[in-house]
Amino acid sequence: MSLKDLISPFFVWQRAFEKPYTVGLKPIVERPGAPAYRGFHINMSDDCVGCGSCFTICQNHAIDMVKVDGLEAHGGDSGLRPRFDYGRCCWCGLCVDICTAGSLRMTNEYAWFTTNPDDFRFVAGMENKSWDGRTGGYHRHPDYHLFPPKRIEMEMLAPEESVASFTEVAKGYTEEQAKLEADRCVECGICVATCPAHMDVPDYIHSIRDGDYEKGLQLMYRTNPFPATCGRICTRRCESVCPVGIQGEPVAIRWLKRFIVDQVAEADYARILPNVEADTGKRIAIVGAGPGGLSAAYYLRLKGHAVEVFESQAQAGGMLRYGVPSYRLPDPALDKDIEHIRSLGVEIHFNHSIGRDTAFSDLLDNYDAVFVSTGLNVPSQMRIQGEDHPRVMDGLKLLDDVANGKDPQIGTSVAVIGGGNVAMDAARVSRRLGAEVTVLYRRRIEDMPADTEEIHEAQAEGCIFVTQAIPVEALNAAQSDQVTLKWGEAEMLQDPKGGRPRPVLQEERMHLDTFDTVVSAIGQGSNLDYIPTEISDQLQIKWGKFIPGDYQQMVLNKLFVGGDVANATADAISAIEDGHHAARGIHRFLDTGQRG
Amino acid sequence: MPQPPTHSSSLDMAQPEPIDLSSGKYVKLWQGPQHPGITGNMSLELTLCGDEIVECKTHVGYLHRGFEKFMERRTYIQNFTVVCRIAVPEPTFNEYLYSAAIEELAGIEVPERANWLRALNLEMMRLASFLMWTGGMSGAFGLYTVPNWTLTYRDYILDLFEELTGARIYHMYIVPGGVRNVLPDGWKARALEILKGTEKMMREVDRVMMNNAVFKARSKGLGLIPPDMVDPYGIVGPNARAAGFKRDLRKDEPYLVYDQLDFEVVTATASDAYERAWVRQQEIFQCINLIRQMLERMPDSGPFQAQMPNVLHWKIPPGETYLKAECTRGEYGYYVVTDGSEYVRRVHVRGPSYTHAIAVMERLAVGTNIADIAGLMVSLHTYPPEIER
Ligand SMILES: Cc1cc2nc3c(=O)[nH]c(=O)nc-3n(C[C@H](O)[C@H](O)[C@H](O)COP(=O)(O)OP(=O)(O)OC[C@H]3O[C@@H](n4cnc5c(N)ncnc54)[C@H](O)[C@@H]3O)c2cc1C
Ligand code: SF4
Ligand code: SF4
Repeated sequence: MSLKDLISPFFVWQRAFEKPYTVGLKPIVERPGAPAYRGFHINMSDDCVGCGSCFTICQNHAIDMVKVDGLEAHGGDSGLRPRFDYGRCCWCGLCVDICTAGSLRMTNEYAWFTTNPDDFRFVAGMENKSWDGRTGGYHRHPDYHLFPPKRIEMEMLAPEESVASFTEVAKGYTEEQAKLEADRCVECGICVATCPAHMDVPDYIHSIRDGDYEKGLQLMYRTNPFPATCGRICTRRCESVCPVGIQGEPVAIRWLKRFIVDQVAEADYARILPNVEADTGKRIAIVGAGPGGLSAAYYLRLKGHAVEVFESQAQAGGMLRYGVPSYRLPDPALDKDIEHIRSLGVEIHFNHSIGRDTAFSDLLDNYDAVFVSTGLNVPSQMRIQGEDHPRVMDGLKLLDDVANGKDPQIGTSVAVIGGGNVAMDAARVSRRLGAEVTVLYRRRIEDMPADTEEIHEAQAEGCIFVTQAIPVEALNAAQSDQVTLKWGEAEMLQDPKGGRPRPVLQEERMHLDTFDTVVSAIGQGSNLDYIPTEISDQLQIKWGKFIPGDYQQMVLNKLFVGGDVANATADAISAIEDGHHAARGIHRFLDTGQRG
Repeated sequence: MPQPPTHSSSLDMAQPEPIDLSSGKYVKLWQGPQHPGITGNMSLELTLCGDEIVECKTHVGYLHRGFEKFMERRTYIQNFTVVCRIAVPEPTFNEYLYSAAIEELAGIEVPERANWLRALNLEMMRLASFLMWTGGMSGAFGLYTVPNWTLTYRDYILDLFEELTGARIYHMYIVPGGVRNVLPDGWKARALEILKGTEKMMREVDRVMMNNAVFKARSKGLGLIPPDMVDPYGIVGPNARAAGFKRDLRKDEPYLVYDQLDFEVVTATASDAYERAWVRQQEIFQCINLIRQMLERMPDSGPFQAQMPNVLHWKIPPGETYLKAECTRGEYGYYVVTDGSEYVRRVHVRGPSYTHAIAVMERLAVGTNIADIAGLMVSLHTYPPEIER
């Protein structure tokens, strides 16, 4: 033992006169948690969409999704909110990391005292807590993700290539791409509530991850007998509410649907999908072989009813066949859907107009029930002078001609009036027919009702967009096979009541432009002339549209209606759901005699 | 791997005299499981003759939480919140090895920046753990000032952890795919300041503990591990390095960024309680040095997380792997088996304490004085929670 070893320990005294390291003398000052400390949960309840991903990831089952007073479910919001149980939480913050809406975080509080143990179970952000309103604390780093925020790009034909033909633009996912995209789904089911047909989206996406496409097909047919079609052209309201899209891009639900259908050969449908139930002896007439009529036909036929469809055109599909162009929806895809419906024994009388070939009242007399889904096929008028000019054509006619293989003779310069999907289709079809295309729309780009993807593709294909442009008159041009369009610039006027801004024509800013053809595509209405007035007088009809009761039933017990002619949304999936819903109503009515 | 030095054999123990408890010569005494230190989560059943220990049996089971089993029922992401609890004072090694094993089996490549941040965390963890150990060691020999110093500095390091990871103990920072966050503003400067203070404090510890007549008298020669015991008993880390074994996974099988750092493996010549303490003191200085090197060289930008699948339904192809890293106590390993499902098939955690606290302790305790038993145990640096996963 050295002397040094005896003396050296006395160095401890050296620190005896230092200030305390931790807390000083009184008053004790609390140190706040570090800025990113994982303290107590706080949820921006207005931003939260109730997707329940926090609930799913929590390994401690510390979260329940609960109904909260004053909060109702609505499109894109389940109306539920996470309730935390601090008897179970381990403050890992995985719930914060996965939160699709980015509404959930943790404050940097260290301690919380309460004498009531029930307080430790609380709906974050909806019960007053001492830390509400605090800004610090743990939140997900923007570059850190627990699911891929970006979607798998769909491969598309390059615009130079796509304008050259009517080949389908979207090429479809490969299996690998589909699986990667399917992986992004958080299985919250918010989409199911929003889809008009309430398709079982998370489950059929799950079937892609499992590689079980037959199961996926079965799941889709439970609510939609047009999956090949909807997998291409659906308005996909589901995607607009998909919580994955809040901080990233929504799951490509439409493309995944298409992928499943593309994997299963039509020849296998009969084996995979449900078959017709025993014959009921009931007969049902359906007017219109569009998606609404055929959806009703499918579900009614499955129940064992005899179904006859009357269609004035030579082919089935309605606007899907004669409106939607084939570069978006090729005939084979539409046929795949329709052929399966027909294969169950649904009989379609083509070139058979109700009102002309058979009286409407005969249907009511001779069938047990009638479903009407005759769509909107009368173009709306622009209400400008010279509208009847021979070089002014309506969009539906243009598309109809092209679908029927006729040359609509539009020339090489075309103006398309309108901002909806029909206008986009007319414009892109005109490009494919070799014309220079100018789209004139009365409001701004962001006000266009057309799908943004459609707008972008039209632009990429070389359509020129002129917005805040109001057509005023169609005039004779110098050359007899042309038309001069007089149009004026518009100013957007804010609505004092907070509605959407209104375009106001600026009389002093007028333009004259000459085109080979002006295509009007500003909307369409119905033609209900086939219904004799003594019947239509009994029905509730407003602005040319039926107003049905529950189960799509009209006051005449036998009469059910649906599709564009009976709903406000006027898209395929709504027509399909109307048909399905009416089928349920008709079956119930025939079975029990009960009204909806 | 470097060869161990050769020494004469001391493995064969003399046949002990049979213990007849009814003879009145012996007393049975339990240390733990209520002992207040880290050693107290397990217990030693000691048989004494006078104040000398003639037999030691280790009992574990007080802390069994069934982690390995219940991980089989949690998804891969959920398990990352569980593993840190397996070794309370050193959660980071569990986070790292679990994540790295999962990444290997899932075929995920972690970005460079995340590797630096992971290594930084591991070295900070080693430092914090060694500081706590130093306090425990000096406390076990009656030097109660040192724990106050070292635990204060450990707390400062926990402050750094809190700032970076959002928590002081269960950081849950290293996650399959990378890390959860990057260094906050000003963090580096604060870290350097704390390292400076720690270094100064440790030089004082050297004076008052390592150069302390009492500590020396009690720890020198205590619990000597002869070199030929090292391999048969599976002794690793500072316990083996103190016996002259130049073995350190950071050097021998470098992981993360250790092959880019300058350091020498610390060894001593006779693994008794004193030399083991000395090795750990040197490793504290080594940690400080390594952290400084990393702070200087690590990239300040770039991704810190690999492109991840959706963790909510993450499946990993069938496979198995064993990954290891050098924790404060030596080789820490994770054996992980996956079967293609969303759940891990099997996880086995190999902590060094298993051998050190059971087989080695039972052997070394015999012949020591009851007053030194806590000190002996601490000198082996064991963490009961990792014995009982
Ligand atoms: C150009 C264009 C593009 C569109 N793009 C999309 C899109 O991308 N996505 C989307 O979801 N929706 C789109 N739509 C809307 C969609 O096509 C319709 O919502 C859907 O077709 C409506 O179905 P339906 O059954 O109600 O009517 P329709 O599809 O219009 O079918 C009605 C059928 O009834 C027949 N019919 C009418 N009167 C009689 C009668 N008296 N006797 C016998 N038969 C009769 C018609 O010939 C027609 O076949 C588009 C529409 C158009 C015009
Ligand atoms: S912090 Fe972790 S344990 Fe707590 S509620 Fe969130 S996910 Fe569950
Ligand atoms: S994950 Fe976020 S958005 Fe979804 S329910 Fe939880 S807090 Fe709300």
